[in-house]
Amino acid sequence: MDLKLTADERAFRDELHVWLSANVPKDWAERKYDPLEKRFDYLKAWQRKLYESGWAGIGWPKAYGGRAASTILQVIFWEEMAKAGAPPFANVLGLGLIGPTIIAFGSDDQKQRYLRKILSAEEIWCQGFSEPEAGSDLAALRSEARLDGDHWIVNGHKVWTSYGWAADWCELVVRTDPAAPKHKGLTVLLVDMKSPGVDVRPLKQITGETEFSELFFRDVRVPVANTVGTVNDGWNVAIGTLMHERGTFGAGLQVMYRQNIERLIALARSTERNGKPASEDPIVRQKLAQAYAEVEIMRLNQMRAFSKINQTGVPGPEGSIQKIFWSELNQRMQQLAQELLGPYGQLEGPDGYAVDHGIWSYGYLRARGNTIEAGTSEIQRNIIGHFVLGLPRSY
Amino acid sequence: MQFGLNETQQILQTNARKFFATECPMSEVRRIAETETAHDATLWNKFAEQGYTSAFFPEEYGGLGLGLVEMALLMEEMGRALVPGPFLSTLIAGVFIEAAGSAEQKERFLRPICDGRATAAHALLEPNPARDIHSVKMRGGDTISGTKIFVAGAAAADFLVVVAADGAYAVHAGEGVAIQPMPSLDVTRKYYAVTFENAIAERLPNSGNMQRAVDIATLAVAAETVGGMQRVLDLAVEYAKTRKQFGNPIGKYQAVQHMCADSYLETESARSAAYYAGWALQENTPEAALAVSIAKMYSSDAARNVGNRGIQIHGGMGFTWENDVHLYYRRFKANETAFGDATFHRERIASLIIDGVAPALMRAASPLLATQG
Ligand SMILES: Cc1cc2nc3c(=O)[nH]c(=O)nc-3n(C[C@H](O)[C@H](O)[C@H](O)COP(=O)(O)OP(=O)(O)OC[C@H]3O[C@@H](n4cnc5c(N)ncnc54)[C@H](O)[C@@H]3O)c2cc1C
Repeated sequence: MDLKLTADERAFRDELHVWLSANVPKDWAERKYDPLEKRFDYLKAWQRKLYESGWAGIGWPKAYGGRAASTILQVIFWEEMAKAGAPPFANVLGLGLIGPTIIAFGSDDQKQRYLRKILSAEEIWCQGFSEPEAGSDLAALRSEARLDGDHWIVNGHKVWTSYGWAADWCELVVRTDPAAPKHKGLTVLLVDMKSPGVDVRPLKQITGETEFSELFFRDVRVPVANTVGTVNDGWNVAIGTLMHERGTFGAGLQVMYRQNIERLIALARSTERNGKPASEDPIVRQKLAQAYAEVEIMRLNQMRAFSKINQTGVPGPEGSIQKIFWSELNQRMQQLAQELLGPYGQLEGPDGYAVDHGIWSYGYLRARGNTIEAGTSEIQRNIIGHFVLGLPRSY
Repeated sequence: MQFGLNETQQILQTNARKFFATECPMSEVRRIAETETAHDATLWNKFAEQGYTSAFFPEEYGGLGLGLVEMALLMEEMGRALVPGPFLSTLIAGVFIEAAGSAEQKERFLRPICDGRATAAHALLEPNPARDIHSVKMRGGDTISGTKIFVAGAAAADFLVVVAADGAYAVHAGEGVAIQPMPSLDVTRKYYAVTFENAIAERLPNSGNMQRAVDIATLAVAAETVGGMQRVLDLAVEYAKTRKQFGNPIGKYQAVQHMCADSYLETESARSAAYYAGWALQENTPEAALAVSIAKMYSSDAARNVGNRGIQIHGGMGFTWENDVHLYYRRFKANETAFGDATFHRERIASLIIDGVAPALMRAASPLLATQG
C-alpha cells in the first residue's frame, strides 16, 4: 500500500494541471446556469477542445484516441478536472458507459467507426435500457428486433432515457428471441437516432428540466453490423455497461462533493444561529464534520476499489457499494444544505434572495434521482446480498 | 499510487488470521475471559514467538520496526479473533514510551515488551465530570498521586504509563499502586481503577510527542474494531444462509439481506478509513490527524450498527450468552468510547476543517503538552 503518486503519475498530474489552467473557459461559472440545451452546445465545444488536446477518454486504447492510462491516472484526471472547476463533458454516457462497452464487446469495425466520435462529442450517445414495464427488472424488456435480411427491424418504447433529446446514437437493448428465457434472448444494438421511425419525446422530471426523454421505435431498420457482441448475449453486454455505471462512474464526484462541503462551511460562517455564526453551533459542526468524513471515506473506498480494478482489469459487483455511497451521501448532503439555509433553501433562479443561483433547491430535488438512476439502492443491496455475500436471491 | 496491500502486508495478514484461528479460537477466548485478569501467559508467549509483541517497535530496542499499516492489519486480525487480554494496552503503553521516553527508558521499558517479558497498561481518564480525555488533571513529579480509571489490563501489567496534565510518567506496578476491578461490558478486556499514592514515578521527557502517540493508539482501536465488524458480518451472513423460516433461508428475505448489505458497506468503509489513517500516520502527512479522527469516528458508529444488525439477524439465538455476537458487541462499546467517541472526533474534525486549527487530542487536556506539542 503506497498512496504517494509515482513520478509518472505526478508528471501526468502536472501536465494536466498546466493545460487546465490555460484552457478552462473563464465564463463557465456564469454559463453553467444557462438553459439545458444552450449549455449543452457549450459543453460539446469544450469536450472537442479536450479531445483535440488528448484529454478525452484517457483510459481508452491509444488506437482509438485514448492514452491507455491506468485507472489511477483516470482518478487523477477527474480530481484535477474538478479542482480546476472545469466544465463536465457533454457526452457523459458515451465516455463513461457506451465507449467502454464497445471497447469490451464491439467489433474492430465498430471501434473504428464510433469511438473517436464519442471522444470528440461529434456524436452524442444515450442509453436505451429502461422501459415502462422493465426498470429494475431490465431483462423483462419488451422492445424487440426481428431479422430481415441484413437488417434488424426494431419496435418498442424506452423511457427515462437521459440525453435522449441530444443523442445521435443509442445503445439499445432489445429482445431478439422471445422464446428463450428472459436473460437469454436479448441483444444490444447501436441505433442511429436519425433513422426513420425513431421518435424522441421530451419527458419533464421533478426538477422541471427535461434531462431525459421517451423514445419510440416503429419499424426502425438497423444494420446487422450494428450488433454488439453475439446475438442473444445482450444481457452480458448490458451488465458490462452497468458495472461501469456503478463502479467507476462516480470517480469525479468526490471532488465535487468536497467542493459542496467547502461551500456549506462558508455558508455556515455567514449564517447566524442563536446570534452566533452557524459554524460555531455544535450541532451544525457535528453535521458538517460527519458529511466531510463521509466524502473522504467515499474517496478512500473508491481508491481502494480502483486499485483493485487496476489489478484485475474489470469492475465487479462490489462496485455497488460505491453507487449506494455516492447516491445516498448526496441526499444527506443536500438535506444538510437545506437545514443550514432554512427557508432560503427552497428559492430558485438567479435573482432576488436565492442562494448560489438556486443550486440548493435544484440539488435537493435532483438528488432524489440518484438512488433510482443506474440501479436503485434496493437493487444495489440485492446485488451485494447475492453476488458479493452469497445470500440466496430474494426473487 | 496503490491502495492494495503489498506482498509483505498480505503475508502478515494471512499468517495472523491462521495463527489466531488455531491458537485463539472462540473456545479459548471464552475460557481466558473467565479468568481473573483475562491474561494468558501461554498465549502471550506465543504472541512473542510470532513477533507480535515486538512488531511495531524500533529494532534498536528489540523490535521489528514494522509500519503503521501493518499495525492496523494485525490489530484488525486481533479484533476479528476477539483476542482477549492486555495486548492492546501493552501496545499503546509501548507506543507512549517510544514517543515520549528517553533512550535509556526505552531500553528499560520497551525491550521487555518486545521480548514478551512484560505487559503494560496506559492510564488516561480520571473520575471527574469531564468523562473524556479532557478529564486529565493529575500532575506528577518524582512521585505521583491520584486515581485513573478505565485502565485496561492493569491487573496484569508490569508497569503503567500515566498520562498526566504535565506530561507522561512511567510507574511500576507495586508499592503505592492499588488496583480495583471496574466490572464492565467487555469481559475479554478488563478495566480497572488504579489509585496511585505517592507511587514512584519516572517522567518521560519528550511528552510533547504524545499527540502522535495518541493518534497511533486511536488508530489501533479503530483497526481492531474493523476486524470485529468483519467477524460479526461473517457470522450474520453465515446464519442468514443456514437458518430457515417459512421454508427459506432467512437471508432470502430482503429485510435480512439488506441489513447484511449495509453491514458490508459499513465494514468496507471503516476498513478503507483505517488503512488510510495508518498510511497517513506512517508517512506523517499533513492530514494524518484528520484521517485518524475520521477512522475512529466512523468505526465507532458503524460497529454499533453492525453489532445491532448482527444480534437482530440471529433472532433469539442472538440474545443468548452462548452465541458469540454479544462478545463482539461488548468489545464494540468499549472501543467506541476509548480514545474519543464519534461525537468527540466529529468535533475534532470540525475544528480541523472549519476553524483550520489542529486541536490536539491532548491539547485541551494539558497546558504543558500544548506548549510543547
Ligand atoms: C434521473 C434518471 C435518469 C435515468 N437515465 C436512464 C437512462 O439514461 N437510460 C435508461 O435506460 N434508464 C434510465 N433511468 C431509469 C432507471 O434506470 C430506472 O428508473 C431504474 O432502473 C428503476 O426502474 P423503475 O423506474 O422501473 O422502477 P421499478 O423497478 O418499478 O422500482 C420501483 C421501486 O421498487 C423497488 N424494487 C423493484 N424491484 C425490486 C426488487 N427486486 N427488490 C427490491 N426492491 C425492488 C425499486 O427499488 C423502487 O424503489 C433513469 C432514471 C432516472 C431517475
